[in-house]
Amino acid sequence: MNILKGAKGFWSSIVLAVVFGIVMQFLITGEIINFFYVNTLYFIGINIILAASLHLIIGITGQFSIGHAGFLAVGAYASAIITMKLELPFSLGLLAGGVAAAIAGLIIGIPTLRLKGDYLAIATLGFGEIVRIIFLNIEYVGGASGMTVTQLTTWPWLFGSILLTLLVIRNFTNSTHGRACISVRENEIAADAMGINTTYYKVIAFAIGAFFAGVAGALYAHNFFIIQPTNFGFLKSFDILIFVVLGGLGSLSGAVLSAILLTIVSTYLQSYPELRMIIYSLVLIIMMLYRPQGIMGTRELTSFFKFGKSGKGGVNDDSKQPVA
Amino acid sequence: MTANNPLLKVNNAGIRFGGLKAVSDVNLELKQGELVGLIGPNGAGKTTFFNLLTGVYVPTEGSIELDGDKLNGLAPYKITKKGISRTFQNIRLFNELSVLDNVKVAYHSLAKHSIMSSIFRLPKHFSEEKYMEEKAIEFLKIFNLDNVLHEKAKNLPYGQQRRLEIARALAANPKLLLLDEPAAGMNPQETEELMNLIALIRKKFDLTILLIEHDMLLVMGVCERIYVLDHGQLIADGTPEQIRNNPKVIEAYLGEEVS
Repeated sequence: MNILKGAKGFWSSIVLAVVFGIVMQFLITGEIINFFYVNTLYFIGINIILAASLHLIIGITGQFSIGHAGFLAVGAYASAIITMKLELPFSLGLLAGGVAAAIAGLIIGIPTLRLKGDYLAIATLGFGEIVRIIFLNIEYVGGASGMTVTQLTTWPWLFGSILLTLLVIRNFTNSTHGRACISVRENEIAADAMGINTTYYKVIAFAIGAFFAGVAGALYAHNFFIIQPTNFGFLKSFDILIFVVLGGLGSLSGAVLSAILLTIVSTYLQSYPELRMIIYSLVLIIMMLYRPQGIMGTRELTSFFKFGKSGKGGVNDDSKQPVA
Repeated sequence: MTANNPLLKVNNAGIRFGGLKAVSDVNLELKQGELVGLIGPNGAGKTTFFNLLTGVYVPTEGSIELDGDKLNGLAPYKITKKGISRTFQNIRLFNELSVLDNVKVAYHSLAKHSIMSSIFRLPKHFSEEKYMEEKAIEFLKIFNLDNVLHEKAKNLPYGQQRRLEIARALAANPKLLLLDEPAAGMNPQETEELMNLIALIRKKFDLTILLIEHDMLLVMGVCERIYVLDHGQLIADGTPEQIRNNPKVIEAYLGEEVS
């Protein structure tokens, strides 16, 4: 019964999302919203994918990885090579971006995911920098001057990718495999003792996260006409990390929401370049002081609609608990 | 398995951390269905010994066999699948998960649906998840936890957290259950409830139990045999009566008699 109810809400939200996507498409092709807003919209979309993919690694599996821009870079360059050098269609570029980043995720994940906490953070940070420097020194992809890429990212591709990312990550999380990942986050020793192959699930989460970061990279590369290694420095990694932390570690809707909010904030602040970083940082400091658990905590947007129902058996209902 | 073969057989097992011998030369046998206690002063190496059995540490000497299968060097999750499950001295629940989900994690190895079938929501996903959910609810009824199914584990009172941890360990379907100080921090009434629970699950699940405990009332009350560990070595084993009168054990706990 519960599962049926869940499925109904699930399909209606998909229908809603598709309707939204089609409406936006008309608004864009009809030039009802101007280029500036469309561009911001693309920015937001790419950041949503990045935030959601890192959410799976940090928020769900609890592996503190701060080299996400590395996967973005791998995806961007791999897809650019497919479309520009090999002159294959964009769809293949998208796929290649994701697959290349996922392979990079496996290569970096298998040795480093044995590390914990700070050590993993430093190892992934190192990975991000290594990727950047490799692209900086490969002449085939333009080295420091970068690589020119045709603008191929369109709203349908972007929207489809966002929808697919969110669906896959949501479905993965709400299954026994997702629970296994969460158990690793909650207590790795206990997860091990319960028969969970913790290394396997850490690597899987890492690879899925990297795949979607690569897809985001492909969309990113084909949106800005040029990609340069400097676009993928560790500051980019921190930007993505901030989406996830600010949204609430463990909340997918929180990550999406904060990706939207922060992208809008930083876009509007672009007109005040000298104040931009100050205000942006202030927002973060104030947020962490007054709401350290992030916008959503570990809750999802959908839990607000169920509020009336869960109120019955809620946390404060002590009367029903037997004396232990 | 024939009745005569021991379920768990530990031969001269030990572990060394650098120059420090934490546990050495432990010989121990558990028969199917036994309830055995492991006691010893603080720092005697009891929890370290549990960590050897469950694969958290790899023994540097000796061997450990479960049902004739050698366990040395297996990863902890593989040992769990072979049939050893445990609770922890300091409770290690999945705090942010609900009571129900805590148990479902233990059922993970039963699940037959792949990651792909979950991502694409194939029929197999729904049938398997439903099976796990129903099984977990049924299971939690035995432990009187079915009225807090959707509560987060961290919000439970202490006694219920202990009970949930035992429930979760049993859900992994072990042949041998290791309980690490299950009565720590409990009041006498809670301890008595725990003793009843242990007796109940033992009968119901046909279990062999090895238990570390400081509460002598509990150990002497429920255990059929007791092993005593001191400074990493077994100094005695026998029935509660024998242990109570063993001079070596008294010495370990109270110090040497002044003559």
